[in-house]
Amino acid sequence: MEYDNEMILEMSAKSRNESFARVVAASFAASLDPTVAEVADIKTAVSEAVTNAIIHGYGESPKNGTVTLKCGILQDTIYIEIIDFGKGISDIEEAMTPLYTSAPEDERSGMGFTIMETFMDSVEVLSQPSKGTVVRMSKKIGQRDI
Amino acid sequence: METSLKILGQTMIVVPIGDIDHHTSIALREKIDKEAVRENIKNILFDFSNVEFMDSSGIGLIIGRYKLMSANNGITAVCHISDSLRRIFDISGLKKIVHLYGNLDEAINQIQLR
Ligand SMILES: Nc1ncnc2c1ncn2[C@@H]1O[C@H](COP(=O)(O)OP(=O)(O)OP(=O)(O)O)[C@@H](O)[C@H]1O
Ligand SMILES: [Mg+2]
Repeated sequence: MEYDNEMILEMSAKSRNESFARVVAASFAASLDPTVAEVADIKTAVSEAVTNAIIHGYGESPKNGTVTLKCGILQDTIYIEIIDFGKGISDIEEAMTPLYTSAPEDERSGMGFTIMETFMDSVEVLSQPSKGTVVRMSKKIGQRDI
Repeated sequence: METSLKILGQTMIVVPIGDIDHHTSIALREKIDKEAVRENIKNILFDFSNVEFMDSSGIGLIIGRYKLMSANNGITAVCHISDSLRRIFDISGLKKIVHLYGNLDEAINQIQLR
């Protein structure tokens, strides 16, 4: 897609980068003049996807793992991609089911994808076991009816 | 993340300052659980006046403490949640299991009346 503006951020798969990533995405979206609620939606969705990449994609040993955050703006819509080269998801439909988690012992609630789908206009997941996962989301800014 | 814990009888008041995500929730959980055992805590009250952001890691944290407290017939309560946190409480079903209060005094009074 030919965007009006775009950015790419590659970061270590470390939990301290979760806040960094969501703040970057929110700052990038600022040119669309989002409401406070829209900014919160973007931050939360990015936080969910980046956290998933770190804890599920790379699991306990994120030694050389990297997470990539790509954002693009076209007209009044922000497009966001979160990419990891971790273990991948074999059953995407199951993974996206509300309350499904493969890590209940870590106090995960299985709400990550549900939150992304609620807060963004579209969420698409591409994944291949042992190759990695791409989460693509978009949100039109300025639908002030929400 | 800075967090203050206050003990009031068998109730622990947890006041986190900053975002609650996967990174910060791990230490927060350890701090709460250690103190809860030491002080024989029955109820937990989260004061979210200083929490602007919380994602699903916070849901897991609250549900986990809810399970611990309800095992002893105690309750888990939350006060001062922002509009964006409220949406997380709504879609996750958290609002059905925790007691939501507008402010700290109201929350403390209600817990002590039980
Ligand atoms: N990037 C990823 N790589 C591998 N597996 C993933 C990835 N993202 C999600 N998953 C799988 O999908 C499941 C559901 O993800 P979701 O974010 O909805 O819930 P969760 O992370 O388990 O819990 P929560 O997000 O509520 O803390 C995860 O438990 C995991 O098995
Ligand atoms: Mg998740």
